[in-house]
Amino acid sequence: MTPNVWSLYALMLKSRLFEEAIAQLWHDGLISGEMHLGTGEEAIIAGVISHLLEGDAMALDHRGSAALLMRGVDPVLILRELLGYPDGLCGGMGGHMHLLSKEHLAASSGIIGAAGPTAAGFALAAQYLRPGAVAVAFFGDGAMNQGMLMESINLSSVWNLPVLFVCKDDGWAITTQSEQVTGGALNDRARGLGIPAVEVDGLDVSAVWEAAHEAMENIRSGKGPTFLHARCVHLEGHFLGYQLLRIVRAPFREMPEITVPLTRSFLRPGGANLRERLSGLKTVIATVLSTVRDPRQDQTNDPVSHARAALQSDLARLRELEDQIEKEISNVLASALEEVPS
Amino acid sequence: MRTMFFTQAIDDALAQAMADDPRIVLFGEDIPLLRRNLLVRFGPGRVRGAPISESAFLGAGVAAAMAGLHPVVEMYMVDFLGVCMDALLNHAAKAETFSGGKWTAPVVVRAPCGGGYGDGGQHEQSLWGWLAHIPGLTVIVPSTPADAGGLMLAALQHDGPVIFLEHKLLSESWLEFLGSGGRCTVDYDVPPEGAQGPVPSKWEPLPIGKAVLQRRGTDITIVSVGVGVHRALRAAEMLEKEGISADVMDLRTVSPLDRSTLCEVVSKTGRLLVVDEDYEGFGLSGELAAILLEEDVSVNYARVCTQTTIPYARCLEDQTLPNVERICAQAKELL
Repeated sequence: MTPNVWSLYALMLKSRLFEEAIAQLWHDGLISGEMHLGTGEEAIIAGVISHLLEGDAMALDHRGSAALLMRGVDPVLILRELLGYPDGLCGGMGGHMHLLSKEHLAASSGIIGAAGPTAAGFALAAQYLRPGAVAVAFFGDGAMNQGMLMESINLSSVWNLPVLFVCKDDGWAITTQSEQVTGGALNDRARGLGIPAVEVDGLDVSAVWEAAHEAMENIRSGKGPTFLHARCVHLEGHFLGYQLLRIVRAPFREMPEITVPLTRSFLRPGGANLRERLSGLKTVIATVLSTVRDPRQDQTNDPVSHARAALQSDLARLRELEDQIEKEISNVLASALEEVPS
Repeated sequence: MRTMFFTQAIDDALAQAMADDPRIVLFGEDIPLLRRNLLVRFGPGRVRGAPISESAFLGAGVAAAMAGLHPVVEMYMVDFLGVCMDALLNHAAKAETFSGGKWTAPVVVRAPCGGGYGDGGQHEQSLWGWLAHIPGLTVIVPSTPADAGGLMLAALQHDGPVIFLEHKLLSESWLEFLGSGGRCTVDYDVPPEGAQGPVPSKWEPLPIGKAVLQRRGTDITIVSVGVGVHRALRAAEMLEKEGISADVMDLRTVSPLDRSTLCEVVSKTGRLLVVDEDYEGFGLSGELAAILLEEDVSVNYARVCTQTTIPYARCLEDQTLPNVERICAQAKELL
C-alpha cells in the first residue's frame, strides 16, 4: 500500500488553517488562557491518524485540536469549546487542554506524560472488548522524562498491549532544550523496555504514513506495542505568546523588561563569584540565542509546505483543493462565532 | 519603603536568604528562564533546570533536605503535585515522626495556584486544604507582596517541609506567562493591592501560623486566604454601604491554623463567613467550623467556596470561584 498524498495534504492543510483560526481567536482575546497549537506536527498526526479505524482510541496531550480535527470530530464543536460556549464539544467545561470525545474514544490531558497510561488503558479495554483495535498515544520529547510514560511503555510491553506510542520530538521541553535534561537516546529507552522503536522524519507525511502503516499492522495482529519517534518543529513554540519567540520577533519591545532586572540582579552584591555569575548569564543568553537560530524561523521545516511541494505537478488540482479547504474552514469559523443559543 | 510586585517580592526575599545561606539551592522545570534573575546572581550551581520528572526531582529535593541542603523545589502548578504526591505525602511529611523527631526535611515547595484566567479545571486548582490535611506539612498562602516575601523567608528558616503557594492572579509573571502571553486583548480581575505593594527594605521572617486582621468590623467576620482576602475586602466595602460592618481576616497560613486569633475575632462578631477558593467539601472552610465547635465559640456560619471542578468557560469560572457578589449575598443571609 502507498500513501494517498492528496488526502494527507488535505488533512494537514485543513488542520493548519483551522489552528491559524484558533490563533487569531486567541490573539483577539476571545480565548483567555493558554493555547498550545499543533502547527508543525501535522505530518506526524496525519500520517498516524489516517490508519485509525472505528473502535481505535487516542490519548492526546495538551495540543490535541489537530488530532481531533483529523480524527473527524466536528471542527465547529471544537472551536465553540475553545470559545467556552455551552454547545461546544465539552459544553465549555473542558477547554483546549482537556478536550474529550467519548464517541471517538479520544481524551486529552494537560498533564505531561498522561497520554501513556491513558493509551495503555484504552488498549487494555480493546484487548477485551474490541480485539484488533489499537490505542495511539501522542506526546512530546519532554514527556519522555516523565515516569508514568516510561512505566506505561513497560506495562504495554509486558502485557502485550496494542499501543502505538508516538513521540513528537521538537527538541524542547517547554522553554528548556531537551538535550540538557535528557540522558541517552529515546529510541534506546523504548528498546530497553522490550518494544520496537521506529525512527521517521516527522516533516515527511508519506514517510510517517508508511512507518505507521507497518507499525499498526503489527500492533493489530497482536505483536504488542511500537514506539514511533518523529522529529518536528513547533512553529509557535510551546504555546502562543511563547516568551522566547516574542523576544526574537519583537526584541525592542520585549528585551528591556528582561534585561533591566537581569542586569540589576547580576550586579547585586551577595551571591556567587563573577565566574559563576557569568556562567549563569551565559545560560540565559544561550537560551535566547538558540531561539534566534531556531528552526522555527525556517520555512523548510514546515511539514505543510513540504507536502505541498510533492503535489505541485498538478497545480490546477492543488489550487482547487486548497480553495475548497479554505472555504470549508472559513465556514467553520463563521459557524463557530455564531451567537450562543439562549 | 519600596514597592514590589508579588512574585518579585518572593524572589527578592529568596535572593536575600540565598545570599546568607549557601545551602539554599533552587530547582524545577524551566527554572533557568523563569528564575533567570536568580541564575545570574547565584550561578548555575544553585539555580538549575530539571527534566519534566516531578516525582524524581521533588523526591530528590526532600531527601537532599534531609541530608543537609535547603532546596526550594518549584512546581509549574500546584495541580501537578498530583504527579509526585508520594514525595510529600509519604516522605517529606513523615520523616520527622518516623525518626522519632531526630530527622527533618526542610524543603520548600513553591507552586503557583488558583484560577481566574481561563486555564480550566486541571490548571487552576487551589488544593491548600488537600495539602494541609496531611500532618507534617506546613502550607502558606500569602495575599500581598509584603506577606509573600516575609513568609518565604520564614519558610526557608522552618525546620520541616513547607508548601508555599503563589496565586497566579497576584503574580505579575505567572499571569503574563500563562495568561496574557503578551496580549492586550484579555482582562483579568487582578486585585491591585495584592499584585503590588509596599515591602520592607530588608526582609524579616513573618511568623508562620499567624493570621492578620486586614479590616475591623462589628457584625460579621470574613475569613479567607490568597485572592479570597481581596475579594472579601471588596465585599466588605460594599457591605459597609448597606450598613453592615465586616471584619476581614487573612489566615496567611492554612497549616498550622491560627486557632486563637480565629476564636477571639469570631467570638466578638458571632458570625463567620469563610471565603475559600479551594474546594468546599472536606477542606479549610469545614475545618474552621470544627475549630469553633471544639473551642465552644457560638457562631452563625456560612461559606463561599469552589464547589465543583472549575469550568473552562470564563463566565462559568467567574461564577464558580468565590466572587464579591456571592460573598455579599451570603453575608446578608447570615445577618
